[in-house]
Amino acid sequence: MTYRIVGETGEWEVVIGLEVHAQVVSNSKLFSGASTEFGGAPNTHVSLVDAAMPGMLPVVNEKCIEQAVRTGLGLKAKINNYSVFARKNYFYADLPQSYQISQFDKPIVGAGVVILDMPDGTTREIGIERLHLEQDAGKSMHDQDPKRTFVDLNRSGVALMEIVSDPDMRSPEEAGIYVRKIRSIVRYLETCDGNMEQGSMRADVNVSVRKVGSTELNTRCEIKNVNSVRFVMQAIEAEAQRQVELVESGGEVEQQTRQFDPSKGETKAMRSKEFAHDYRYFPDPDLLPIEFSEEYVEAIKATLPELPDEKKQRYMSEYGLSAYDAGVLVVDRETGHYYEAVLGKNRDPKLAANWVISNLFGALKAESKSIEESPVSAEQLGQLLDLIADDTISGKIAKDVFEKMIASGDDPAVIVEKEGLKQITDTGAIEAAVDDVIANSPEQVAQFQGGNEKIAGWFVGQIMKATQGKANPGMVNKMLKEKLG
Amino acid sequence: MSKTLTNLTIAEARDGLAAKEFSAVELTEAHNDAVVAARDLNAFVSETPGLALDAAKASDVRRASGDVLGSMDGVPIAMKDLFCTEGVQSTAGSHMLEGFVPAYESTVSKNLKDAGSVMLGKANMDEFAMGSSTENSYYGNTINPWKASSGPDAGSDLVPGGSSGGSASAVATRLCLGATGTDTGGSIRQPASFSGIVGLKPTYGRCSRWGIVAFASSLDQAGPMTRTVRDSAIMLGSMAGHDPKDSTSAPVETPNFESAMGLGVKGLRIGIPKEYTAEGMPQEISDLWQLGADWLREAGAEIVDVSLPHTKYALPTYYIVAPAEASSNLARYDGVRYGLRVEGDSLDDMYMNTRAAGFGEEVQRRILIGTYVLSAGYYDAYYVKAQQVRTRIAGDFKSVFEDVDVLLAPTAPSPAFAMNAQLDPVSMYLNDIFTVPASLAGLPGISVPAGLSEHGLPLGLQLIAKPFDELTLLRAAETIEQSAGFELPVFSGGEG
Repeated sequence: MTYRIVGETGEWEVVIGLEVHAQVVSNSKLFSGASTEFGGAPNTHVSLVDAAMPGMLPVVNEKCIEQAVRTGLGLKAKINNYSVFARKNYFYADLPQSYQISQFDKPIVGAGVVILDMPDGTTREIGIERLHLEQDAGKSMHDQDPKRTFVDLNRSGVALMEIVSDPDMRSPEEAGIYVRKIRSIVRYLETCDGNMEQGSMRADVNVSVRKVGSTELNTRCEIKNVNSVRFVMQAIEAEAQRQVELVESGGEVEQQTRQFDPSKGETKAMRSKEFAHDYRYFPDPDLLPIEFSEEYVEAIKATLPELPDEKKQRYMSEYGLSAYDAGVLVVDRETGHYYEAVLGKNRDPKLAANWVISNLFGALKAESKSIEESPVSAEQLGQLLDLIADDTISGKIAKDVFEKMIASGDDPAVIVEKEGLKQITDTGAIEAAVDDVIANSPEQVAQFQGGNEKIAGWFVGQIMKATQGKANPGMVNKMLKEKLG
Repeated sequence: MSKTLTNLTIAEARDGLAAKEFSAVELTEAHNDAVVAARDLNAFVSETPGLALDAAKASDVRRASGDVLGSMDGVPIAMKDLFCTEGVQSTAGSHMLEGFVPAYESTVSKNLKDAGSVMLGKANMDEFAMGSSTENSYYGNTINPWKASSGPDAGSDLVPGGSSGGSASAVATRLCLGATGTDTGGSIRQPASFSGIVGLKPTYGRCSRWGIVAFASSLDQAGPMTRTVRDSAIMLGSMAGHDPKDSTSAPVETPNFESAMGLGVKGLRIGIPKEYTAEGMPQEISDLWQLGADWLREAGAEIVDVSLPHTKYALPTYYIVAPAEASSNLARYDGVRYGLRVEGDSLDDMYMNTRAAGFGEEVQRRILIGTYVLSAGYYDAYYVKAQQVRTRIAGDFKSVFEDVDVLLAPTAPSPAFAMNAQLDPVSMYLNDIFTVPASLAGLPGISVPAGLSEHGLPLGLQLIAKPFDELTLLRAAETIEQSAGFELPVFSGGEG
């Protein structure tokens, strides 16, 4: 699916690179012991270091180093055994030190790759340029007072991983899938919770356009701090469109930092290149370089979970699932867990996949619940599949039972028992129902015998109706065939 | 009492306290009085006589119950105002931090407190430790108790050196038994030389920087300023130690520095670096240097001529690296959270108003230099190059220390000068010419008073040793001290 912007002068391609800022899962901040908990009262999670009091010194939180290495391994990236923290100098009210401790020319993680699962079942490889660790800033609140700005330093110093992609994406859709994939990987690794609505993950989106066929990288604009997948996609569309219109009307794209306004669906300039900061990066003299051994990396590697790409391959090869189904099931670590729990020891993998994807996901979506909040446990769904497999209920009845499970949380066997939904497999009872329908439908019998075989379905429907859907459909079919000849 | 209490050394005070010849309260009261009597020197930004007495009383109580904390227990000291002290205003000599009362205690001052020492007050200093004369303090300049006996400056007020000039003047005037200093490019050693006292800059990483207002993080190091070498050894022992709160603090054991006393220099190889001369340096300093070498030889050391070829680049290198770090370290003084704020029409206006009013001329100059050398387009030519040269300078030392144990050099190219004598910044920066190389290499250095200039002003000799080899440094320093037989006069005003 090729994304093109059709302009007046021809077709344009969009070139996209993303910088994803992912908050590291750690109890304390990157360089201080203050809590990283979300949602505390303003300025309650602030140490002397975070407030940049005179003489305070940063001490690196080793957990954050480990998480960055872990994430790097998840991105199949080069791990740098020697990296350096650098100061990025600029003044802002919510940046207490007036510099951000980040990494510049020696990041902890180098080049890697992320595989995107496209909806058509194909895959796309997106290069990762680097991952580096940096501090988050505090928060300026301009809406608390008519004249003053208030500053909350709770986030000040929280560890972020900045994951920088190569300019490898060519459509808003790819960018959206990329962000979701990064989120999936960090969630699998438990290195970032990926909650974009809480700001634990956000993206700076670099967009440029070029004529189809061109291989040049044109001047780009960076859209800062986009905080949902949907907005990432919308921002790219709007920005690419703007650039095409600008160039086609004789203008030139200026290197700018821009902001996306979701309510207007447009990007607007924050500052242009001539007002760009000179960050005066230099190695932070308060911190030693981060050095670790190959053994340290290997030890972390040994604790990595099965990641979505590997899990997907396994679902396809071991369970025979389609690329699409496998891809859907591995997006979240929890979904994979759930699916494998439903599968149990020897349930039908495809049937289980269908039930999870079609029925469970639908029901959860309708109730806006995550899989962890599912009212039907994996074990219960497994029990339901067993009831189908041993002919206790039909697949159709199973759907009704499932709805009742969603509503009540009861075990399927309890519902089947209570509601009397057990399948009728008694030959006599089914025969009676078949005979009854045949006796009462001479017209349809005539049609059937006259060659209209399609009407057989009507008979089945009538019989099922008469048995409240409980008759074993296989037996009904068989018997009908015998009776109608 | 056989001796005026303020004339004691730390070692003598320790022994006197132990022998119950006097109490810590008596010792402290004598020094509190001396501080008041010498106010015209302006050695202190803040005096804390009440806190000092409380600490002295606590010390006496401990002693009465046999729980003495060590050699520093009950010893009155001055604290350079660069150290953040809990509940006591800590200004760094700047208007920017006027009225700033930290809620925390720096590691070094806490170590000293935990060792039982008694803080008399916060010593004056060049603003943010930038200067060589203590004329850059927002709280007025500090005066050196020494006066030239002859020459053009005879009778004039002289500077005590800097930036730890308040500490140096207080120790020399006997307002305290010892004082903390910090040394970034010479700020302990040069004022020690100017004031006729001992100033020890330990190895970078020996003392924690936590809670010391930062000037240049890769260079800043706290150290003792005392009247004797032994006192420096004693005091350093209570300041040093690995601190997990400072990533650059070295995880090394703190030896008993005093154990180096009396060991002498027999068998040591002492290097004389030929590059330690400066244009216009008085002959008397060269002569003293030669004399120092003779003393060490006579005491059994072997004197070796050595070369540190990159020495001439040390000063320019220092004046790139230190301001670069300072420009970033001082960026936190933005008027937002603490210290001075001068309102403005916008956030940027507030920054500019605050920083223009809060920082003095020299600090602003160094922030500008530092910002410049880190700027896009200049970074490689200045900062990166300076770091490369710094590596070479450290390499020079490393190779000579394969051959020698200690280096001997002058501390400063001149004795103390008159106030307002050096008006252009570069000639002021030249004061650091002999002290910055060891700073850039992170090596321990000590200035020991060794003689007098022709006009009767003290001159120090500097010794430099291998990283974390303060013990050998102290051995050589004690030999110089003994051979020089330097007598610190008792200055009027400081007599308790």
